[in-house]
Amino acid sequence: MQYLLLLHADEAGFMNMTPEQQQQGMAAYMAYGEALKEAGALKGSNRLRPVSTATTIRVVDGKTQVLDGPYADSKEQLGGYYLIDAPDLDAALAWAAKCPGASHGIIEVRPIWSMTAN
Amino acid sequence: MTPVEGHIEGDEQARSTADAVARRSYGKLVAFLASRTGDVASAEDALSEAFASALTTWPSNGCPANPEGWLLTVARRKMIDHIRGQRHTPTGSEGLETIADVMSATPSGEEIPDERLAMIFACAHPAIDPGIRAPIILQAVLGLDAARIASAFLTSPAAMGKRLVRAKAKILEAGIPFRVPARDELPARLEAVLEAIYAAFTEGWTDPGGADVIRRDLSEEAIYLSRLVAALLPEEPEALGLLALFLHADARRPARRSKTGEFVPLAEQDPTLWNSQQIAEAESLLHRASTLGSIGRFQLEAALQSAHVHRCRTGVQNWALVIQLYDALFALVQSPVVAINRALALSEVHGPAAALNAMPDLAADRRLAQYQPYWAARAELLTRSGAHAEARQAYQIAVTLEPNSAVRRFLEARMSALPA
Repeated sequence: MQYLLLLHADEAGFMNMTPEQQQQGMAAYMAYGEALKEAGALKGSNRLRPVSTATTIRVVDGKTQVLDGPYADSKEQLGGYYLIDAPDLDAALAWAAKCPGASHGIIEVRPIWSMTAN
Repeated sequence: MTPVEGHIEGDEQARSTADAVARRSYGKLVAFLASRTGDVASAEDALSEAFASALTTWPSNGCPANPEGWLLTVARRKMIDHIRGQRHTPTGSEGLETIADVMSATPSGEEIPDERLAMIFACAHPAIDPGIRAPIILQAVLGLDAARIASAFLTSPAAMGKRLVRAKAKILEAGIPFRVPARDELPARLEAVLEAIYAAFTEGWTDPGGADVIRRDLSEEAIYLSRLVAALLPEEPEALGLLALFLHADARRPARRSKTGEFVPLAEQDPTLWNSQQIAEAESLLHRASTLGSIGRFQLEAALQSAHVHRCRTGVQNWALVIQLYDALFALVQSPVVAINRALALSEVHGPAAALNAMPDLAADRRLAQYQPYWAARAELLTRSGAHAEARQAYQIAVTLEPNSAVRRFLEARMSALPA
């Protein structure tokens, strides 16, 4: 099965770190990505720019409404994701627990709803 | 014999064989069918269809030599038909894989592998809402219907049905595995399983030996589940502790109500009415658990039951030991319920004033205001300390909070026994 690990964290946390701490943090993520790759579990991953760059859009009665800012106005924001292959939820949760993001934020684990026939 | 009589006899035999298989093997068949696909709901549906066909074919064709195998074959075919019927859906390719899974699930010998424990661990997975774990185990392993579970858990059948459907869908769609967890994660995961069974037992316990048959049966089902888990994990001391606790509680059931249906508190029970066979089994389980080298909540609770039984049988005042056990239990669970019982034991040794001091603080935990045992214990301690007016107030609150009429009458009698 595939699972999406959604990394939520307080953006201020990273911004308030010293450059050295930031570098260490980045290194931890790099190592985590490598571990996923080596295990053949990594399907894709990205880091997102801060919510200050976010734009929301919806179409109501045919009219497009565009707004500055993220969808949910909470302290923890979606900051990145990993798409992984795992045999079951326990394996996916084990990967999520190893992610550096689980130690400074919250990770939501969602199974992918497979829509393709192969 | 006329053909009609023969037909009726066949009907009866088919029904009684089907009933016997259902009682003996329902959970095993569901677990086996669901373990390959993760789909508890489809396994339950297929099996109930198989039971329905059994009741129509067995009377005319005779009961098969291996009724379990017959039911499994028919249920598996129903599951495959069901998956084929869905092939046009976007998940079609997964459907083919599922058919392969179901087909490969053919047991090689006569014996169907027992996947019940794996299924119980899936149902009590940390990713499942704790409140629905006990209901889903009761349904999947024992085949209890949503209406019966709902009545035991004091909720509507519709609401319970919806929550059960949602939980089963989560097991399937989130890929929760049917697996007994590995050694290193077993203790934490087993705790969730035992807690769910404990919840089923306490739901069934509210009216022990009372008129509410559904709730009483539920504690019997919980004992069955606990026995199953203890048999499948005989080296887990907490699994043994839980069964010992249930057996102790159940052993005293015949003494909890008088002949006229009045509530009889422990201290006034007639020990000759207790089920000494159950007590002996509980004691031996507890002893074996204690040799396995890891103490836990359920062993401590069972040890408390054991201490109470010993005191009532021999008259030896073992309150110091009881307090010690409550101290250890409180260190593990910090529940106000434990604190209340500990305070009652304290009053036997250090008097009611010390006990009142040891009662949990109402201001610190607002839930206590709605908790009958808190007010009943407080009333008892106030009575012993001679604060009769306050005791009366506390009894009054306890009476209004108590849903069981026998217990309510008992509390009212205590209240009216207070000096004016």
